[in-house]
Amino acid sequence: MGENMVLRMENVTMQFGGVVAVNNLSLDVPEGQIVALIGPNGAGKTTAFNCITGVYQPTNGRVEFLGEPMVCSHPTGKMKKNYLGSDGEKFAKERIVNPTPDHVVELGIARTFQNIRLWKSMTVFENVLVAKHMRAKQNVFSAIFRTNAKEEARMREETMALLREQGLDQYKDEIATSLPYGLQRRLEIARALATDPKLLLLDEPAAGMNPQETQELAEYIKEIRDKHHLTVFLIEHHMDLVMRISDYIYVIDFGSEIARGVPKEVQQNKRVIEAYLGVAEDA
Amino acid sequence: MLKQKTNHQGSFAAVIAIAVLLGLIVLLENLSDLIPGLPAIFAPTSQLFTVLKKGAVYSLLAVSMNLLNGFTGLFSLGQAGFMLLGAYTYAILTVPMAAKDQVYYLYGGSAVKFSLMDLFQGIFGNAGFGGGVSLILAVLVGLILAGLVAALFAALIGMPVLRLKSDYLAIATLGFAEILRAIFQWQTLGPITNGANMIKNFPTFSDFNIKNASGEVVLRLSTFVPFLVSIVCITLIVLLIHSSYGRAFKAIRDDEVAAEAMGISLFKHKMLSFVISSFFAGVGGGLFAMYVANAQAKAFTSTMTYEILLIVVIGGIGSISGSVIGTFLYVACSEWWLRFLDRETYIGSFKVPLLRSGFRMVVFSVVIMIIVLFFSKGIMGEKELSWKGIGGLLQKLKRKKPAPAAEKED
Repeated sequence: MGENMVLRMENVTMQFGGVVAVNNLSLDVPEGQIVALIGPNGAGKTTAFNCITGVYQPTNGRVEFLGEPMVCSHPTGKMKKNYLGSDGEKFAKERIVNPTPDHVVELGIARTFQNIRLWKSMTVFENVLVAKHMRAKQNVFSAIFRTNAKEEARMREETMALLREQGLDQYKDEIATSLPYGLQRRLEIARALATDPKLLLLDEPAAGMNPQETQELAEYIKEIRDKHHLTVFLIEHHMDLVMRISDYIYVIDFGSEIARGVPKEVQQNKRVIEAYLGVAEDA
Repeated sequence: MLKQKTNHQGSFAAVIAIAVLLGLIVLLENLSDLIPGLPAIFAPTSQLFTVLKKGAVYSLLAVSMNLLNGFTGLFSLGQAGFMLLGAYTYAILTVPMAAKDQVYYLYGGSAVKFSLMDLFQGIFGNAGFGGGVSLILAVLVGLILAGLVAALFAALIGMPVLRLKSDYLAIATLGFAEILRAIFQWQTLGPITNGANMIKNFPTFSDFNIKNASGEVVLRLSTFVPFLVSIVCITLIVLLIHSSYGRAFKAIRDDEVAAEAMGISLFKHKMLSFVISSFFAGVGGGLFAMYVANAQAKAFTSTMTYEILLIVVIGGIGSISGSVIGTFLYVACSEWWLRFLDRETYIGSFKVPLLRSGFRMVVFSVVIMIIVLFFSKGIMGEKELSWKGIGGLLQKLKRKKPAPAAEKED
């Protein structure tokens, strides 16, 4: 492929005990595109996300970010015997790389959560400001003795600019969790943007939104992608949203890929329709 | 830009307020010498000054515990352990060489052939102004080293322990403190720690009272010193909490998963909070040793940790000013205001029932239960004391007509 891949998952398998939540998932997210991962409830979408962001260490497989291996794993110890997935030997010779979630963010992957996780004791402004902490050039002493005043001022200015851009500046002194639902989602995205990501992972951004809000969200996601030169990888339930904005779609069910393609192809794929609507078993 | 200006004004006002407070403390302490015939309460030995000194020391301990428990959300019960480390470090390093044989008489002298007091007296002399300078430097360096030793142990113990969550962390740190207490009473370490006996004769608060040639006190500073140290330390903690790191701590407290997903390294920041909190607990331990004029491992029981935890809860978890107000209320009640409950009292020939030695603690426990049950957020909740807040409160009181209670309780 000629395009630059921002994210590449190779044979990622996540097994919990005897349950294979994600099975041999391989996918590519090219630079500047919006790629969606869809599937019915419990298909393993969020687990796949957690394997990328360092929340879980996958049982097997590799994740590359900007061409560099970011996560790499193979079954070890007891799991070697109990492994139910495929390609268990493929990465056996490679070094296990298991970053912490904060390290993944530092590399340039930011995420939002399915059930919004804002810091509830903080204002809208502070919520975004905290996300600036990671990239600030300072240490504890310069922070205590205020010799980092310039850095602090820069963080505040950038935060303010980001809030203004996202249309949240008029709420800046309100407690984050007191905002209406739609704005909380927007704030969570703004907070993720504050970490200066290259890749944005959105976990069901349209959950709980009405069609009108969903439509606005679609425009919004495209807008921030262009403005911040982002690549977007999202999990979604809302077919509406996915079909409207995605450049490419992966469909999984019971942890395994069942289809991939551009929205039109996926829409007409028989297995996808079956997975979503169910099959009449005794017709 | 506007914001920064008001910020500067705020810190300017704070500096003025602190200076005024320290001035008042000095004045209050010397009042009985300036104006003879004042009530006994102003005498330097009165309970008022006991409360002020102990309150200053405990304020620092409470605020340092609040940094960890209230602002970072790490429920640690190791406070007494770190205090013990601080108290012993300070005591061992500042006992003058001349007093060592007497202090360590059971062990035939101390194994630590070094004293900060002698070090600085060797440079600046031991009388007059030079003596004062050596005393200040010895105490200052002693307290900083006390903090550093506590911080070092916190870093070592933090590596395994900070991976634990909530209750487990509390159990591990509590165990750590108990182990330390046992180790410091160990006879084999006697030449260093003086075993189960106390270390004394090191510089205390009363050594800061300035005396003239004939040995009379001309200026009392024994209450001023703990206030000064405590205020400096608390200011540093407040500056930390209001910095980028403090916000990261609060983010971890509110939601660890979200904090980690926004690039805040949990381990690094928990460690930082733990080490800094322990540093100030160590300094507070040194101050505590100065306050009671001895260092003895027996004193640093888990009860002491609970006492400080209680203060933090009463003041409001996550409020610095709450901790300070809570400390002084608690110390004043336990050392002074509720003392009458311990005395057998007669009205005419009628003996007031229940009042006897120990009854104070019963009443105290009940008061504490009431606070925890009905005012579980403490005096301040998560709010801080501010001029604006006081103004608003006064207006509310005015509107409601006279109400004597000055503290707001909810």
